Amino acid sequence: MNFFAAAFAYIFDGTHWTEVNGIGQRLVEHLLFTGVSVGIAAVIAVPLGLAIGHTGRGRAFVIALTSAARALPTFGFLLFIVLLAGLGLAPLVAVLVVLAIPPLLAGVYAGIEAVDRQPIDAARAIGMSEWQILGRVEVPLGVPLMVGGLRSAVLQVIATATIAAYVAQGGLGRYLIEGLARRDFMLAIVGAILVAALALAVDGILAVVQKLVDPRGVSRRPARPTNTRFRRPSRSSEATRTLITEG
Amino acid sequence: MTWLWNNLGLVLGLTADHARLSAIPILVGFAASLPLGWFASRFPAARAILLSVFGILFTIPSLALFVSLPAVLGTRILDDANVIVALSIYAIAMMLRGATDAFSSVSNDVLQSATAVGYASASRFWTVQLPLAGPVLLATLRVVSVSTVSLLSVAALIGKGGLGYLFTNGYQRDFPEEIIIGIVFTLLIALVFDLILVTIGRILLPWSRRDPRAARSGLNSLIGSFRHSSAGPGA
Repeated sequence: MNFFAAAFAYIFDGTHWTEVNGIGQRLVEHLLFTGVSVGIAAVIAVPLGLAIGHTGRGRAFVIALTSAARALPTFGFLLFIVLLAGLGLAPLVAVLVVLAIPPLLAGVYAGIEAVDRQPIDAARAIGMSEWQILGRVEVPLGVPLMVGGLRSAVLQVIATATIAAYVAQGGLGRYLIEGLARRDFMLAIVGAILVAALALAVDGILAVVQKLVDPRGVSRRPARPTNTRFRRPSRSSEATRTLITEG
Repeated sequence: MTWLWNNLGLVLGLTADHARLSAIPILVGFAASLPLGWFASRFPAARAILLSVFGILFTIPSLALFVSLPAVLGTRILDDANVIVALSIYAIAMMLRGATDAFSSVSNDVLQSATAVGYASASRFWTVQLPLAGPVLLATLRVVSVSTVSLLSVAALIGKGGLGYLFTNGYQRDFPEEIIIGIVFTLLIALVFDLILVTIGRILLPWSRRDPRAARSGLNSLIGSFRHSSAGPGA
């Protein structure tokens, strides 16, 4: 545990934050990589996810893409792209964007898919246009799951930006990579603590956001109507039930 | 491809290493999640505590965990134990959520009927609750298996990544083909593990093929993972 004591002492020494290539700079780099990549990915994934969720077309595509992304070893993919495209900011961000798209897309799609059919049918019955249904019914009801997808994407990118320090001269991963390369174990632990703290802090903030965007008046477990005779079986009532039980 | 034939021994050795280092955490995750998941499904307080502790551990990027564990466990950096323990933590975190929900999903009426016809609580668990939770457990285990196989390669940075060695070595030698071979063999291991799990499922859960829940599990695990925000490190 001595390594941890030394690492904390290093982190709490203010001069290590302000120096060139110090913690402050590395933290900003890491946040920039993450923010830019997730931002670009969102521009691509959010409209696509809304379209797939609203129309129900391309469901199989989302599931296949998510499964494929899970199986792909990110480290190998990253090094392969950097070897082909050369070392620079653009290939690196491109890799992070590619890795952020599946969880974002799946989150946006799942958010809309999980909305009960009844309010959607009701909205259509009172004469809302498809755009109004999407904007006023499906998105507000689905937005907590969408933020769930965002959390997933952000964590994926923070973790991949960490190992990207193997090839890039930036981000908090530098402490880990340099520490391992120089066999300076304390420095590697410094990196581990900082990266873990960043991931936990960002995920914590997004968890709060996820709670805040949950529309008031929507309970997580929809009350079962006492008379189910007239309830038309719908694709989402089953999905909602199993998602509550299955996780 | 000539590189592959010339280095077949190396690649197969790394593949065996990779399979072993990822199989152990998958098995540990499954075995640990059964009692923990059952416990969490019985007691809401335990559920809250277990899920948040593993949720927090799951948030930590894998390289950070690989590097920290030697200092925590007192192991040396090149010991297998670091990688196995780290991946087991992730596996339990992923599996626990599914196991908890799987056990909770077994209807109380069924459990009470089982008690009424004379099952003692232990045999009720093994012969009624566990088989009924089986399809959901299997679906979760398949996700855990694929993720673990893919995550292991990051450990190449601490010299223990199985096929991940081909990534770092291929990069240093400026040889993309070697990286591709590493990726393909990693995917092959994930595929073989998945086929094994599906086959075991077919044998042990012959009824699940007609279970609509299992058929929809791809979609539902997707939705569920965002509902519960069990977002994990992909790297």
